Order: sequence, then C-alpha cells, then structure tokens
Amino acid sequence: MSLNSFWFTLIVVLWVGYFILEGFDFGVGILLKVVAKNQAERRAVLTTLGPVWDGNEVWLLVAGGATFAAFPEWYATLFSGFYLPLFLILVSLIVRGVSFEYRSKYGKAQWRNRWDNAIVISSFLPALLWGVAFANIIEGVPLKKTPAGIIEYAGGFFNLLNPYALLGGATTLLLFISHGAFFLALKTEGEIRNRANSIGQKAGLATAVAALAFFGWTAASVNHRGWVLLGAAVAVVFWLAALGANFKGREGYAFLFSALTTGFTVITLFATLYPNVMPSSLLSDASLNIFNASSTHYTLKVMTYVAVVLTPIVLIYQGWTYWVFRKRVNPNQIASADSGILDTVQ
Amino acid sequence: MNALSLARWQFAITTVYHFIFVPITIGSGFLVAGFQTAWYRTNKDKYLRATKFFGKLFLINFAIGVVTGIVQEFQFGMNWSAYSRFVGDIFGAPLAMEGLLAFFLESTFLGLWIFGWDRLPKKLHLASIWLAATGTLLSAYFILAANSFMQHPTGYILNATRGRAELTNIVTVLTQKTALSAFFHVIPSAFLASGALFAGVGAWLMLKEKDVEVARPAMKMGAITIIISFLLVVVSGDFSARVMTQQQPMKMAAAEGLYDSKASAPFSLLTIGSLDGSHAVFQIGIPSLLSVMSTGKTDGVVEGVNDLEKQYDKQYGNDSYTPVIWLAYWSFRLMIGFGGLALLLAGYMLWRMRKGGLPKSKWFNRAAITMPFLPLIGISFGWIFTESARQPWIVFGLFKTKDAVSPTVGAGSVAFTMIVFTLLYGVLAVIEFGLMAKTIKMGPQPAVEGSDANDGKQLTMAY
Repeated sequence: MSLNSFWFTLIVVLWVGYFILEGFDFGVGILLKVVAKNQAERRAVLTTLGPVWDGNEVWLLVAGGATFAAFPEWYATLFSGFYLPLFLILVSLIVRGVSFEYRSKYGKAQWRNRWDNAIVISSFLPALLWGVAFANIIEGVPLKKTPAGIIEYAGGFFNLLNPYALLGGATTLLLFISHGAFFLALKTEGEIRNRANSIGQKAGLATAVAALAFFGWTAASVNHRGWVLLGAAVAVVFWLAALGANFKGREGYAFLFSALTTGFTVITLFATLYPNVMPSSLLSDASLNIFNASSTHYTLKVMTYVAVVLTPIVLIYQGWTYWVFRKRVNPNQIASADSGILDTVQ
Repeated sequence: MNALSLARWQFAITTVYHFIFVPITIGSGFLVAGFQTAWYRTNKDKYLRATKFFGKLFLINFAIGVVTGIVQEFQFGMNWSAYSRFVGDIFGAPLAMEGLLAFFLESTFLGLWIFGWDRLPKKLHLASIWLAATGTLLSAYFILAANSFMQHPTGYILNATRGRAELTNIVTVLTQKTALSAFFHVIPSAFLASGALFAGVGAWLMLKEKDVEVARPAMKMGAITIIISFLLVVVSGDFSARVMTQQQPMKMAAAEGLYDSKASAPFSLLTIGSLDGSHAVFQIGIPSLLSVMSTGKTDGVVEGVNDLEKQYDKQYGNDSYTPVIWLAYWSFRLMIGFGGLALLLAGYMLWRMRKGGLPKSKWFNRAAITMPFLPLIGISFGWIFTESARQPWIVFGLFKTKDAVSPTVGAGSVAFTMIVFTLLYGVLAVIEFGLMAKTIKMGPQPAVEGSDANDGKQLTMAY
C-alpha cells in the first residue's frame, strides 16, 4: 500500500471515529428535551456526555489536522468550497460546547431553557450538515482547474443543497438520533431509559428507510457500484441487528451494532471515492485524488510514524475513560437538581 | 472592504479572542494541579477548597478556549486556502501532531478530572489534572512551532512546479530557535497571566474576608508565579529580540520606530513619526539600549526601516515592505508595559506578605483586582505586534498575505461570517465574565470530598 493510500485509510478511520462518537453526542443533544422531562432527568442525560463529549469532538480536529497535513489541496478546496455549511457547523460546535458547560450553573428556568434549546439546535444542525457535506463529496461538486493548475470549488452555497445531498443529511440526522437513543438507553436508568428505547425503535425504522433510499441513489450514480451494494448490505445487516437488540432490550448490543453500522456506512462511502478524495462533477481531470492533493512523500512518512505511535495510545486511554464512566446514570443521583452551583441559596 | 481585509480582520478577531482564554488555561491548569497536589500531600481542607474554587474558574474559562480553538483550526482552509495550499506540506504536520498528542490528552483527562472525583483513586485523579495541563503545554508548543515557520521558514525547499513550500526536515521546523524562544516566551507569559488571576482573586477574597485560609496561599502562589514568570519572560524576550533582529530586522526597526540604520541605537521611550511614516520627528530614548537588545553590543548597528525597504525592494521586487509602524511601535511598548504593571503589583503584594503579614491596604487590594487583566492585555499586544509587524508577509520572505486569501470566497461571505462570529464571541464573553464574577463573589465553598460524603448514592459532579 502506498503512503497516499495509507493516509486515505487513516483519514477514513478518523471520520469513522468521529461519526461513531460525536454521532451519539449529537443524537443525545437533539433528544434532550424529548427524553428528559424534568431537571434531574435533563442533568442525568447531559451527564452521560459530560466526561466524553470533548474527547469525542477531538476526532474532528484530528481529522481536519490530518487532512491538512496529508492532503493540503483537499483541506483547502473542501473548507473554502463548503464555506457556509462549515461555518454553520463551527457556530453550532461553539454554542454546543459552551451550553454543556454553562447550562446547569444557575437554577433559573429561563437560563436553563435557553441553553437547552441551544443544545438541541446546535446538535441538530451538524448532524444534518455533515450528511449534506459528505453526500456532496460522494456525488461530486463543480470543481474547476485554474490556469495555475489549482483545483478550486466553482459552485455556490445552494449547489450544495441538492436533493441527493439533503437525503444524505436526513440519513445522518436520523442515524445519529437513533444512535444517540441507543446510547441513552444503555447509559441511563428509569424513565429516560424506556423513552430512549422506544424512540430508538421508531427513529431506527425511519433511518432504515432513509438509508436504503440513500444507498440506492448512491449505487445508481457513482463508481464502484459493487462496493456500494456490498457495503450497504453489511450496513443493513448490522442495522437490523441493532434494531433487534434494542427491541429485546439488549442495549449494549444495540449500541455496538449501531456503531458498526455508522462505521460501515462511512467506510462504504469513502470506498466509492477511492482513489479520488473530491471528484469533480464537471471534468474528470479537475478531480482531487490521493496523489494530486497530497503532501510530499517525506511529510507523509513523518506523519505515518507519528500516527502509528500515537493512535493506539489515544485509543487505549480514551477507551479507558468509557470504562471508568461505565455505570448508568440515574436521575435520583443528581443532588438538588433544580439549583445550580452559582445560585446563592443552595 | 474587500475579501482580503475582511479575512485579515476575521483572523485577528478570532485569534486575539481565542488567546484571551488560552494563557489562563495553560497556567491555571498547572496552578490548580499544584493546589490539588498540596491537598493530596497534606490532606488539609483549605487546599481542597482552593482546588475546587480555582478549578471552577479554570473550567469556565476553558470552555470558551476550546470552542474558539476549533475555529482556529479550520479558518486556514476557509479563509486562507491559497496559504493552506502553499504551506500545507509543512504547516499541517504540527497541527495534526497537536491534535493527536495534545488535544486528545487535554480533553480526555480533563473529562476524567471533572467527573472523576468519586470514580478514580485519589492518585489517578491527581494525575488526570497534571496530564490535562501537560496537554495544554504540548498544544502550545506545536502551534508555536507552526507559527514560527511563518516568522522564519526553515527545513523546506520551494517546489516551483507545484508552487508550494515542501518539508525537508521536520526536526528543524520543530526545534529552530525561533520556535524555542517563542515557546519560552509565551509559556511564562501564560503563567504570568494565571498567577495574576490567582493573586488578584486572592486579594479580592482578602478584601471581602471570604476565606482567608484560601486567599493567602492563592495570593502567595500567584505572586511568586508572577515574579518567576516575569524573569523568564524578560530573559526569553531578550533572546527573542535578538533572534528577531537577525531574522526579521524590519520588525525590530518598526518596533523601535528606527527609520535609519544606526550604530549605538537608543531604545526609544517616545518616538513621533511624520505623517507619511518615513522618518521620526521627535524622539526620546535610552542611549545604546536598542543596540544591546538586538545585537548584544553597545555599538552594534541596527538596521532602519528606510534602508531595509530599499534592500527588500531589490531583493523581492518593488512593493511596500514596511509594516504599520505606529501599531508595531505602540503594541511592542504596551506588551512590555502591561506585563511590568502586573510585576509591580505582585512585588508589592509579596513584600507585604513576608513574615506572615498581609497587604492590608484597601487601596492596594482594589488595585490588585485589575491584576488578572494586565498580563492578558500585554499578551494580546504581543501577538498583535508579532503578527502585524511581519506584514506584508504571511510567511516571511516567501509568501505575501495578499496572495494567501481564498480566491473563491467572496467579500460578502467573509463579512457575514465575521459579523456572526464577532457577535457570538461578544455574547459569550459577557456570559463568561458574568459566571467568573459570580463564582469569585461566592468564594470557596465547603468542600465535599466525593463518595465518602454520601456513600456513592449521589454524583459529586453532574452537568
């Protein structure tokens, strides 16, 4: 395997990690007001994310950094091209992170309600927009070669909101909602657990419909049709397993299989691209691929050493965090849930 | 304004804003870890109260530092795609290393620290805050190494066919003296800011007689941190000035408002330039000090703006190579001045605290409340200086800022995102400040030490 292919694979791994991990974060955020009816429940729901959400989000930062280091042309074209969707994602991530940290500082209903709304919206938008962005990459966007030989995005914001991309967005949105519901059912006790289980079932079925439509459309329009069908078949089997496990109340398996589904979907979609990283919908010689977008062999080599040494260590200690916080959170464990630590009277 | 000026403003706003929170994060992480270590060793309740109290302030601040850091990472691709293409082969590597080595460490262990009070053994819990703090330090190192490539490109060759700079030696990029001197300048300055926060908050608690047992060690730790950090900042600043004079003489000349090359050049205390910025009208200075700072010799020759401009016109082609002189001149002085003010307050505080005494003057304790802001203002001016006085270059001598902006992103898009980001930053700053003030007003709270207190029936920490 060439270093270029290795780095393509590694970036796929980073996105797989990101979508599995922050995918359920988004789902939990979207469901916050639906699964949790009182302050103790809301705080229990947020506490399931508390120790892990920031580490989950780092997968995005590393995917971005790795793309910058290994495929600078991809990084430059993608982020300057998908300017407004990425901007909306960034604003959402800013608001979301701050909301988690600040919402329970005070007990006032208005204060908490505003942050809760912020959490719902700022989880909803990226869950939708990542699907839109990736569907566009898969489908190909208008890329042109400038006289200087640089490949630039030649479309606008509304090119990105085409029906296929919106279907992609709906698919990731529903997938993350289900994934988040499975996570909550696994991590909580009492009413929240029951509600999450039942939402997971309904959202899971809706996800299946959206995903089949999306895979069907993808298979009809892109290269590597065999890959798409094979990957889709595996994803569907995993998804059925997730739904079955959820139905039987086997929450650990439901979450595991929804994580596998998420991972396989990402892998399948990237596999349809290879060796391109951003195909052009205009001219084939204006596509970015793992060679014309890449850094030098030396840089790839340096980064390979770094990644090979550090990634396993990161996986170990991040995995260990999940082990430390493996216990379910019960709303009864939240002391004086209605007041915040900054309320004068506690 | 065109897309270029808007993108420059956006970069400046995001970066300066982000860097208000960064120094407090870097220094306070270690200082909180210090208090927790004191608690671990002595088992004294006051140190636990101090850990929790300053820990809260640290986390309120950290939240905004983290989320604005995400914008930092992606704004190169969004607004500066031509720059990203030109330097990606080199610049991307430290950024990716920062993510893998620093961000994961920082975020994971901070999560363990915040929520781990009743889940982890005491020793492991203590280790978490040290590891999280170490993560912030590593993060600073990699991003400063990347920035240093912009100040002084090294370890690369130019590939004319692909029109980009390519990495030839990663070790050189990560260990060049520009990067090391920046690291040893920025890190102590972060400790200076955090020391000032601890000392200032301690002084306020003292004034309100909130929790004198916590206030005293906070003031002492803060003041000592300030004094040690200040010495390190001066030593590394002096070294940086020499490195800068060698590598970017124009920046030093602009910092000094030195228009014409001079031997035994004075350090200017006040220079007023002519309206067109080509010569000095009026100057008061300390004889030969600039020559000493820049060259290490009292009679060393320091190159002036006008001579450098002529030299660069020949070397790089006709253009303007002079940065905005008044901005460089004043930001350089304000950087030093605000840092110095914090030192004076800390020195006085420590002097009054000797032999178990306390700075009792109400006047002083009120002035001390301004302490946390002084180094932060100084640091902001430092960055404004070092980035603005490198202009017109984005990568010195290789690539100009005007060529670096994304060609496909229109002025409207940049203006729109800049306005939204700025409004959002403003709102968050107000909320953050309010939360910090409220936390300080409440003062340290009686400490609950985790599972012992409630038989594990209730979570010590919940969102």
